[in-house]
Parts: sequence; C-alpha cells; structure tokens
Amino acid sequence: MIDLILQLPPVVQAVIRALMFVIVAFTMVPVSIWLERRLLSWMQDRIGPNRVGNITFSTTSKRVPAFLKGKKIHLFGILQPIADGVKSFFKEDLAPKNVDHFLFFIAPVVSLFPALALGATIPWGPWTDLTPVADVNIGVLYILAISSLGVYGVVLAGYSSNNKYALLGGLRASAQLISYELAMSMAVAAVVMTTGSLRPTQIVAEQSGPLWGIAPGLQNWNIFTPTGFVAGVIFLICMVAETNRAPFDLPECESELIGGYNTEYTTKKWVLFMMGEYVAMVTYGAIFATLFLGGWNVVPIRWSFLAEQEPVLATPLGWMNGLNMYLAPVWLIGKVLLIIASYIWARATLPRLRYDQLMSLGWKSLLPLGTANLILVGLWMVATRVGGPVVGWAAWAVASGIVYALYTLIKKTVSADAPSLAPRTIRLDHSPAVKPVPEPAEPVSVAS
Amino acid sequence: MNGVPIALYLGLGLFMFTIGVVGVVIRRNPIVIFMCIELMLNAVNLTFVTFARYQMSPVPAGGMARESSMMAGQMMVTFVMAVAAAEVAVGLGIMMAIFRLRQNIDVDELNILRG
Amino acid sequence: MNGALPAIEITPSLLMVVALAGIAALAAVGVIAFNNPIRSALCLVVNFFMLAALYFTLNAEMIGVTQVVVYTGAIMVLFLFVIMLLNLGAPIVKPEAKEPQTLVGLLLGVVLFGVVGSQLLPPLLSVVKVGAADNYGSPEALGRTLFTQYMFPFEAVSILLLIGVVGSIMLAKRRI
Repeated sequence: MIDLILQLPPVVQAVIRALMFVIVAFTMVPVSIWLERRLLSWMQDRIGPNRVGNITFSTTSKRVPAFLKGKKIHLFGILQPIADGVKSFFKEDLAPKNVDHFLFFIAPVVSLFPALALGATIPWGPWTDLTPVADVNIGVLYILAISSLGVYGVVLAGYSSNNKYALLGGLRASAQLISYELAMSMAVAAVVMTTGSLRPTQIVAEQSGPLWGIAPGLQNWNIFTPTGFVAGVIFLICMVAETNRAPFDLPECESELIGGYNTEYTTKKWVLFMMGEYVAMVTYGAIFATLFLGGWNVVPIRWSFLAEQEPVLATPLGWMNGLNMYLAPVWLIGKVLLIIASYIWARATLPRLRYDQLMSLGWKSLLPLGTANLILVGLWMVATRVGGPVVGWAAWAVASGIVYALYTLIKKTVSADAPSLAPRTIRLDHSPAVKPVPEPAEPVSVAS
Repeated sequence: MNGVPIALYLGLGLFMFTIGVVGVVIRRNPIVIFMCIELMLNAVNLTFVTFARYQMSPVPAGGMARESSMMAGQMMVTFVMAVAAAEVAVGLGIMMAIFRLRQNIDVDELNILRG
Repeated sequence: MNGALPAIEITPSLLMVVALAGIAALAAVGVIAFNNPIRSALCLVVNFFMLAALYFTLNAEMIGVTQVVVYTGAIMVLFLFVIMLLNLGAPIVKPEAKEPQTLVGLLLGVVLFGVVGSQLLPPLLSVVKVGAADNYGSPEALGRTLFTQYMFPFEAVSILLLIGVVGSIMLAKRRI
C-alpha cells in the first residue's frame, strides 16, 4: 500500500498524509467528548449520559432470534456525542443585531484552523513516507508558531460579539495565551537542547536511546530525565492553559462571564468552537507524547537491543519489537487518550484560578522555573560532554541543589514581612448557629 | 525561488514601504500609525531576505566570505524583529499612558507640549 | 517599453509567489484603508502571514517561522489587546476627518512608488536565478552565525529587550 501511495504525484501524497491526520483528529473529537462526560460524571459521583446507543431488542418481532428477545445491551451512552451534535445543528442559528457580522462568522473558523494545523509535524509511526505530514527542520518551532495563532479565534469572537462579557473573555484570553506561550517555549527549548534538533522525528528517535546514557535496556524518554520531567510538567500546565481548559478556562468562565467569548454563539458556530477546543486537546496531547513520552513507542524498553543481548529470548523480543512498530498509531492514540483523561481529571479536581493567580503562576513560577531548567540543561550537556553521563548527572544534581537553595533564600527575603498565607483556624467568640434548644419543661413531679 | 524575478519581491517590498509612509502621513490614530511603522519594517525585512537569497556577487578579495555575507541579511532581519518587539512593548505602553491621561488618542490633539 | 522587458516564463512557483504577494499587497492597503483599528490590525496579521509564506518561498524557513512567532503571535496580539482594552474598536467608529493632507499624502506615496519603482524594478526583472545555497536559511546555519560572528549584537539586543520590558512596566503602572 505504501508503494502505491509513493507512485502518486507529490501533491496528492501530501494531501493523503494530511487527510490521514485530520480524519483521525476529527474522529477523536466525539471519543474525547464521550470520555469527558463519562469520566467527569464518574469523578463527580453522578451517572452521566448512559442512554443513547443502548440497544433494546423487541420481545415480539420474529426477526429477532429467540435468545435476544427482550435483551438490553448497555453501551454506556457511546452515541451521546452524535446526539449532541444533531441537537446543536437543528437548533435555531441566531446572531444578535449589532455584531460585526463578517468577524462574527469567521471567528469559529479561525479558532479551528490552528488546532488542525498543529499536528502537521507530529510523527505517528516509524514510516517516514506516511508520517508526519511535513518533516521539516523547524518542526518544533512550527508548533510554537501555530499554537500562538490560537488566540485569534477567541479574540475575534470576543470583539465581534459586541458584548461586554465576550469582550472581557477575549481580553483575558489574549493575556493568558501570551503569558503561557513563554513558559511553553522554555519547556520546549529544554527538550530541543537535549535533542539538538528541531525535527520531531529526530526528537522521537533520540528518545529511544539508552536511559540517562547509563541503562542500555531502557529508552530515554524525556519525561524520565530530571530536566525533561521539569520541562514536561511546565509543558503540561501550559498546554492546559493554551487550550482554555479548566482550571485555566477564564476566557469562557461560566460563573463570571456567562460564557465568555462564546456567549453570543449558537448552534453550528458554537460547535465549531467546541470542536476546535477538542481537536486542540488531541493535537496538544500528541505533541506532549512526541516531545516527552517517547512518541509512538509503547513502553520505554529497547526491544531490538535486548534481542541482541539475549539471543535465547530473541524471538519473543523480536515479536514485541514488531508489535511496537506496527501498531505505532494505536500506542500514540492511547497516550493521547491518557493525556485527555488527565485534562478531565484536572477539570474535576482543581477550582478555577483567579486572574491574578493565573498571571503570577505563569510569570512568577513557570517562566523562572523553565529558565532555570534551561540553564541546568546547558550545564548538564557541557558536563556530560566533558566527563560522561555520570559526571553530567552529578553536575546537574549539585547545580539544582544550588538553584533550590537560592530560591529558598530569595523567597525568605522577599516574603519576610508578607502576611502569612498558611491555613489557620478562626475561633469565633460566639458559638455557631445552633438550633435553639427549647427550655426543658419544669420537671413535673409525678410522685407526691 | 528559481524562475521568480527578484523584482517581484522587491516590488512588493517597495509597495509595502510606500503604504507605510502614506499611512503615517494620512492617518490620525496613533495605533494605526504604529502599525504602518511595522509595515515599513517588514518591507525592509523582505528586501533583506530577498537580497540574501539572490546575491550572486563573487567574493571580493579580502572581503567577507560568501558564507557570512549570505547570512548578513538574515541576521539583520532577526535583529529588526527583536528591536520591533521591544519597540512595540514600549510604544503601546506609552499609548496606554496617554490614554489614561487624556481619554483620547488622536495625534492632532496631543499638543500639551506646545509652548 | 513593454517590448524591452525580458520574457518571463510562467511557472507554478511564479504564480504562487504572485498570489502570495498580491494578497500581501491587498492586506497592506487594507491597513490604511479601514477606519476601524481592529480591521487594520487583522489586515496586518494577514500581511505578516503572507510575508512568512514568502520567506518560505525564499528558503528562509527559520526567518519565516520566527516571523509568525514574533509578529503574528506576539506583536499583533498585543496590538489587538490594547485596541480592545482602550475600546477603540467599538463597532461604531467615528470616521477620521477628511482633509487636504490625505490627498497630498496619497500623491506623495504615488510619487515615491513611481520614482523608485520605475528606476529600480525594470532592470531587475531579468534576475531570476537564486544565488544562495538552498539550506542557507536553516536553523543550524542561522544559529551558528548568530552565536559566533554576531555574538555581540545578539547580546546587545537581549539587553535592549530587557530595557524594553522594564520600560513598558514603568509606563503601564499607575503609581510607581
């Protein structure tokens, strides 16, 4: 099949590669909506959608075989997203009178475009002819560039709605996305430095090297290295902020801003916004998997190396290697679903940040942390080149100890006279409202 | 790109620069004037990159090596971008300050420094 | 005059560049033609995006992607933010007064374009062959030059950016 595709003209090949990605990304949207609704309801101790898609067989029809008569097959509401979609498309499509019609119409499209374009450089398998859509030497920078375009849809929607809530949502979105873009770039820069390439395929290939340069049987996924772990955490937080998901959903914040930028949107246009959000979740998940979780490899074990080492077990290890290679898209999708599940977990667990908390998290915590991490990566690289992996990690450990000491020192100096924010117990001088106990009736002396 | 005359890129650069100049002259809104300045900077950037790509001159004796003369244009563009970013941050800050002072930012009415 | 111009072979790449340049030029006109600053800013975004695409056609991919990151991703978002914050882009915008300066300005522009363009562009129409190597704009090449030959300007620019950060914070604060 690959040979067949390779005979086509290059333009058609590119279209096929793009379609392969886009179709999968769109198919993931209903899956992740269903996952979100079920998982969220489970975490919140609700039942959640459980009806749509159930099959109930007739008790009277003759076409139903006897053993199925009256049986009910529960599918856990798997068709709920389709029902949602149909409902949304058949509602009345209305726009307020004084909106800026052209921008109002184009904003959902603008918000969907970067979400789809983001995945163009993500490899989803070991086949270089099929994936990624474009294996360019600026792949990671391309991801950063496209993700910075995500703000336009929100800002345009907020502006064109001619609504104060929507405008506030747009303002918040632009400030939030610019702030978290920086920390995200720092996290990505750490990965790029360790890899020495901006090519995502190269980053995946590099992550299948021996762990820490020491353990030869394991793969060196970036999330397992200390620097990569810090970068990964920063990237994960920034990723949630970039997709406007809870707890960073200030732009659409239902409790304060009605719906933020999508207050005035109904039906298809609103569905496009939601679709953009979910596609962005999927593509960011794929990016995270590529940069930190070893791309399309299923477990961090170097099967081919082990097969060389242990000739006795060569055959099963070879099978495992084949399984790893040929089912690569499945593993990547599995990782994406895991990351989406963590999004949902965060949404169910964490309360929404206040605006000043959002800004101070981005600018005062994540950005300095990312910068310090970048410096440590540089130090580690130099030390590794000079004295090998052990010296490199020792240098890293010493340097991060110094950084931590500096941090505590600065924190102590800065917050010397700041009010303590530690949890405290407030003892009220009157007892809390208690149901007034009726005066006991006079003891009636029955005797005497 | 091979087969594309250099005049096309340079013509676009010249056109954008002209539009920027005209915009600075005829518009009153300082934010739009600012955008026109960005437009001019970008016109110059385009010209730099175009010349870097199309440069054919043989290396002059004792001059810069061809490799680095090829990079000079791109370096210039990189620095222009960095300076433009700094300029925009400060410029928009100034605009915010003016707006806070006057509730109005028409460049013709900003004449408090006039003696 | 027209006969003196060299014949240019029409290739797909030429058509693509012409299309990109045309959109960029139209968007540039839009920047000064629209009365509403938001519209102007969006036109400028389109223009910058097309410029990035033109940089890609010139094989300067690093510059192109930096253009998107810096200009469309950061600078223009900042513009939109300020316009929205000052509420200058309210749907009903007071049109700017029409004055004789406008006409003079347009005339000046036409003269500038006519004089420079007529002298500069026709001889360059025959230059169709690129000189630089195809990978001259790769991140490796750019990074190597930036961190060796241009180290000092690079550091100077970083200090400039720092000053810019401090300056804009000072300007934006109500009370220091």
